[in-house]
Amino acid sequence: MKVGLFIPCYVDQFYPQIGIASLELLQKFGCDVSFPMDQTCCGQPMANSGYAHLTKGCDTNFVANFSEFDYIVCPSGSCTMHVKEHLHSKENEAAATHIRKHVYELTEFLTDVLKVESIEGNFPYRVGMHQSCHGQRGLKLSQMSELNAAPFSKPDQLLRNIKGLELVSLSRKDECCGFGGTFCVTEETVSVKMGQDRIEDHKEHHVDYITGGDMSCLMHLEGILRRQKSNIKVIHIAEILNSI
Amino acid sequence: MKNTIDHSTAAATFNKDVERVNWHDETLWFVRSKRDKSAHAIPEWEALRETASNIKNNVLSNMHTYLQEFEANALKNGIVVHWAADGDEHNKIVHSIIAKHGVTQMVKSKSMLTEECHLNEYLADNGVEVIDSDLGEFIVQLRKEPPSHIVLPAIHLKKEDVSDTFNEHLGTEKGNNDPQYLTEAARKELRDTFLTRKVALTGVNFAVAETGEFVVCTNEGNADMGAHLADVHIACMGFEKLIPQRKHLGVFLRLLARSATGQPITTFSSHFKKPREGQEMHIVIVDNGRSTQLGREDFRNSLKCIRCGACMNTCPVYRRSGGHSYHNAVAGPIGSILAPNLDMKKNADLPFASTLCGSCTNVCPVKIDIHDQLYKWRQVLVKEGYTPSSKTMAMKGMSAVLANPSVFKIAGKAGRFVMKNLPFMVNNNLNAWYKQREMPAPPEESFREWYAKKAKESKDKK
Repeated sequence: MKVGLFIPCYVDQFYPQIGIASLELLQKFGCDVSFPMDQTCCGQPMANSGYAHLTKGCDTNFVANFSEFDYIVCPSGSCTMHVKEHLHSKENEAAATHIRKHVYELTEFLTDVLKVESIEGNFPYRVGMHQSCHGQRGLKLSQMSELNAAPFSKPDQLLRNIKGLELVSLSRKDECCGFGGTFCVTEETVSVKMGQDRIEDHKEHHVDYITGGDMSCLMHLEGILRRQKSNIKVIHIAEILNSI
Repeated sequence: MKNTIDHSTAAATFNKDVERVNWHDETLWFVRSKRDKSAHAIPEWEALRETASNIKNNVLSNMHTYLQEFEANALKNGIVVHWAADGDEHNKIVHSIIAKHGVTQMVKSKSMLTEECHLNEYLADNGVEVIDSDLGEFIVQLRKEPPSHIVLPAIHLKKEDVSDTFNEHLGTEKGNNDPQYLTEAARKELRDTFLTRKVALTGVNFAVAETGEFVVCTNEGNADMGAHLADVHIACMGFEKLIPQRKHLGVFLRLLARSATGQPITTFSSHFKKPREGQEMHIVIVDNGRSTQLGREDFRNSLKCIRCGACMNTCPVYRRSGGHSYHNAVAGPIGSILAPNLDMKKNADLPFASTLCGSCTNVCPVKIDIHDQLYKWRQVLVKEGYTPSSKTMAMKGMSAVLANPSVFKIAGKAGRFVMKNLPFMVNNNLNAWYKQREMPAPPEESFREWYAKKAKESKDKK
């Protein structure tokens, strides 16, 4: 199974350990993984700001980098959702369609394609799960609190057998953290307030770590935590899943 | 016309009082939780939402036919039917009815449509005094403020604020914050209003095409008090309030109050079919941009809205910015997709006052794809030129680099393009990220540098 590793541009630059963890994790499960060196960005920052018409170049480049793979896997729900919903190519729509149908966020790739039931590992801490809204409500990685429907959670399922890990139950299980792309600067006050409140919920439940599938949310929360000089740390779920 | 303060500036002001923001957030979250509890107690909840959505889609696709059917039946019932193309015409019609009866005072129950049309200001300018009889509306009216929420008009106020307001206007004891005492004072004041007004205006929650009747939902019974005691009842409705048949009410009445406050049903669901002996009954059917919205394929289904306010209660941005920061009669997520239709320039900021988290879409009882429409409005507003040119320049530069891997690599090496140009780094001169957040620390090597090194090592081994 040929897997193309799609690493969000900010993860590449700021959080290489998440790329490494994702790569190693997929290799452990027998995937033939490679990272196309000419990948840049999926174009979401432009599209969500209202400039979707400027993403054609990004789309063309994305298709050129990823059309040869059976699956495209990304440690970000948000970037995955953007590609799944918006990737098109005038020159090669067949390839773009193939990518849209075969792009997966890391945890859903593990549970849905590789059929991983649980993962062995060791992470002896109290952990709060902060799912990104795009991962949760966009890709439906777990059930949404608004709906009257049976609960499930793909990331929680994977964390179940990690030794020592104690997953806490938050008061507001799926409240947005306030990152929101350019929202984090254009609506700075509300964005930060949402982040502070999200952190408060974790503090009330005495967590050591906040984890999740999207480093953009976690980067925003980390920025606030560090400013508060808090002991709580953030960690991407790929790093926990790759802990042994 | 007052200058509009954009959402982020108004929200920043609202956030200066942290305790008040926390209280606002928690109060509305409590309402959202009540909604969840009530919605989750009904096994067929999701099927009800789907049914309501389908009924409303049918209405939107057959608006012309249902409007004519409704008008014919209402006329048969002895109701006078008026048509208003816009807010101004609506206000003139209402005023002409009042003037015909030679009165200068009117009592009004809650109607977001009249807020949208700025009826109170219009009537005041024409010498007619309007008293809002919904308690929340009554409070904000005394304070000369617009409602901050479509269902809970005074939700931005604490009981202490209400006490001060009543002390000033109704002469209640200073510092007496007892809700029962304050409500009693409003009750006494309003009772006199109800007894003396000759003309009463109400909104409309549902208008039934099949029967020509309409239904008004309140918790305080104030619509009934006004309408039953007055000689003239004027009901104002946006044309999207139609439902085809009476039996469909069962679907909507079950959804409305549960979505709004978590109640199984509003205390009063009043059906008005025909004027009583000696009474005059008028219906004013208003367009005011609705047919334009109906013609916008991507946005037409925003007209399915039944004004329950669930999207506001769940919206993490609304809860922390307050209704007034949306500078529109309808605030929150639904307001942000309705307002640009009325005035793109004035409301260009609203579709950006969201993280696109999608919770609004999930609570919507008629399944409006609110967050998708916010995304689509952003595209329209940019194309129509309503975003700052500095942002457009930045986006153009960014997309050019990201489209070209070789330029990206050079830019990356020369100073880490991504670090400088990510959304949170744009506008670095203002440094909005750093104000209350630390920057991520740059690592020694990027993932791609690590990957290239690894690839080279394994190649060398071979």
